[in-house]
Amino acid sequence: MQRIGAFVCWCGSNIAGTVDIDAVTKSAADEPGVVYSAEYQYMCSEGGQLAIRRAVEEHGLTGIAVCACSPRMHETTFRKTAAAAGLNPYMVEIANIREHCSWIHKNRESATEKATILMRAAIAKLNLNKPLFPGESGVVKRALVIGGGIAGIQTALDIADAGYEVDIVEKSPTIGGRMAQLDKTFPTLDCSACILTPKMVDAAQHDNISLYTYSEVDEVSGYVGSFSVKIRQKARSVNRELCNGCGDCITKCPVKKANSEFDEGLSKRSAIYVPFAQAVPNIPVVDRENCTRFKTGKCGLCEKICGTKAIDFEQQDEIIEREYGVIIVATGFKPLSPERYGEYLYGQSPDVLTSLEFERMMNAAGPTGGVLKRLSNNEKPKSIVFIQCVGSRADAKKGKTYCSKICCMYTAKHAMLVKEKYPDIDVHVFYIDVRTPGKNFDEFYRRAAEQYDVNYIKGMVGKLADEDGRLRVIASDLLDGKQITIDADLVVLATAVEASPDVRALGTMLTASMDQNNFFTEAHPKLRPVESPTAGIFLSGVCQGPKDIPETVAQAGAAAVKALGILSKNKLIGNPCIAESNELLCNGCSCCENVCPYGAIEYTEKEINDHGNRNNRRVAQVNEAICQGCGACTVACPSGSMDLKGFTNRQIMAEVDAICRT
Amino acid sequence: MQDLVKEKPFKPLVVSFCCNWCSYAGADLAGSSRLEYPAEVKIIRIPCSCRVDPLFVLRAFQRGADGVIINGCHPGDCHYSTGNYYTRRRMAMLFSMLDFIGIEKERTRLEWVSAAEGARFASVMNEFVGELREMGENKRLGDIRCKE
Repeated sequence: MQRIGAFVCWCGSNIAGTVDIDAVTKSAADEPGVVYSAEYQYMCSEGGQLAIRRAVEEHGLTGIAVCACSPRMHETTFRKTAAAAGLNPYMVEIANIREHCSWIHKNRESATEKATILMRAAIAKLNLNKPLFPGESGVVKRALVIGGGIAGIQTALDIADAGYEVDIVEKSPTIGGRMAQLDKTFPTLDCSACILTPKMVDAAQHDNISLYTYSEVDEVSGYVGSFSVKIRQKARSVNRELCNGCGDCITKCPVKKANSEFDEGLSKRSAIYVPFAQAVPNIPVVDRENCTRFKTGKCGLCEKICGTKAIDFEQQDEIIEREYGVIIVATGFKPLSPERYGEYLYGQSPDVLTSLEFERMMNAAGPTGGVLKRLSNNEKPKSIVFIQCVGSRADAKKGKTYCSKICCMYTAKHAMLVKEKYPDIDVHVFYIDVRTPGKNFDEFYRRAAEQYDVNYIKGMVGKLADEDGRLRVIASDLLDGKQITIDADLVVLATAVEASPDVRALGTMLTASMDQNNFFTEAHPKLRPVESPTAGIFLSGVCQGPKDIPETVAQAGAAAVKALGILSKNKLIGNPCIAESNELLCNGCSCCENVCPYGAIEYTEKEINDHGNRNNRRVAQVNEAICQGCGACTVACPSGSMDLKGFTNRQIMAEVDAICRT
Repeated sequence: MQDLVKEKPFKPLVVSFCCNWCSYAGADLAGSSRLEYPAEVKIIRIPCSCRVDPLFVLRAFQRGADGVIINGCHPGDCHYSTGNYYTRRRMAMLFSMLDFIGIEKERTRLEWVSAAEGARFASVMNEFVGELREMGENKRLGDIRCKE
């Protein structure tokens, strides 16, 4: 039997103003298990806490029921008080008679009655409380960053600089990501490569960073502090140790017709290739789908020319198994393919480009050497139309419901770059709204519109028509409500930022939740923007939602700091209010395992001693370090063997009974 | 006799389960914003709406509750990713069987209230209690053996 002390707080006049404290305190004394009841002006104050500690000592209390404000406010305070009094901190229950009672009711009589009932429910629950002990688990002092774009690189550098080891897993043959494809960045018109490549080199040369390029995450298990991950390092067909990056193999390769991913298919590359000149690591990859050797077994020129004997056609995928304390997701985005919008003639006319293709074309190292031309006839365009919000701010059936955030700015950048290089080209921009929140962003846009004479038209483009080699843009001008047509030589579509759909599989592997657009969900939209709700998983960059480069870098740093918060600990203290299986009752049906969102339930074959009757049975076991204590399994369990510590079936039933008692 | 009934309005007994992360915080916000709702509503805090066993709901009715409301995070916002989806299915199942057991299913509700929706919490409670007042006492499932 418990020896319970009930403590009723006035909270000044906050509670005492509406609730008859005396009546609640007196009625508490009559509740089962209660041996002491008292009231105090401010229970959370030093004096209030001291009164609790004294009462525990004098009356030999085993549990404390506090009738005060919300447990979200002071539960931790009173748990500490209990611990200081020598009790288990989980022998505390709180009746919320302020937020849920005195503050919302004016009638003193009914407020007092309700407060009494809430107190009764807390005491009924407390009678069934048991001491709980949080589990401890160790921390592997190593971080995994998935994705080697600017977000991943920045996170990795920040963690590595703090003295912890980091592995970057990148699926393409080089790190650098989308930022490497950009020509200039807004709003400063910095050269993207000039600011990115030094960071790529820093990451590659950092003592604490290991790069796994051309690699993917195959399997993830474990939990915060101790994730085990299988990384598949895909066969490059080139020995990484032997290759010196001379590039002779690339020049010799007779296949020259493979589409360059880096140039968005606007240029061709050989079958053995590095994606771009500043690739890190500068080690070629054999694209086995296009390589003659792999297709017909005949060729092998690269093998012959290689001075260091680095070419290895027999190379197999390699699986690397590693343990990590934390995982940071930095999987970035891909631009939405506008092929689904037939009205824009993308894929039908070579003169309709996406913004990223246009970006490559403007780049001095790009497919045209930085010369702007029409791909249909290699002539210089006289008029360019930019169409914004292609796939963004659409209804869910047609595209993405969200604003992609960066398109207004990069379109202004593109328009400005064109005007800078070719002042004689007419530039028109169709927009729905121009959104420029950001430091120096609006100034940048206004510069494009005012100084560079870019023609901004508020309106929607209905369709494009191919008129004798020119593109006729038919649109409505929303400001004067008229239909307009513009003949363009080049049309550039500002396509929506889209999370690549294949990250969903990764999300499932990590048990990190994602939204309907395949962006990772943050633990709290305002207060925990870089943490996933799953402990130990952090979010960096566009994988969480559309962002520009400075925001991405800021978030990458924030994710690193949050990750370091775990890496710097030697032990993690868990939440003891987690599920627990009664092996005697468990029949091994797997219902709990199927509903667990964290994969915290495992089954083991075990000898069960059921009142002297020994037999081997398959029973559920809860991994204490993984379980987050939602309780989904407790309700799914048909045999009643699963229960949630701190919120047991009996405790909740007791609360229900106490409330319904008349 | 009629006058006596009018003088003493029926006060339904309402059990409200609130998940710790969204709706309990929403109820706290209703409190700190001083948004009134009937004192008949008594809140039980649970970690997630998926912790609500249909048996808890039945137990409340058996013990004389006139209404039971379960509050969780909005779909997609569950702190535990998918808990409220389980709740939605389980309660759909339970509610569909209530008529069969002998209890109007209008006495139960499943609502999504976020931590930022104090006003919504109060208005949902006002509405629900208002409906229960019109429905009157839950006589059918209340087990006389459970009355003390």
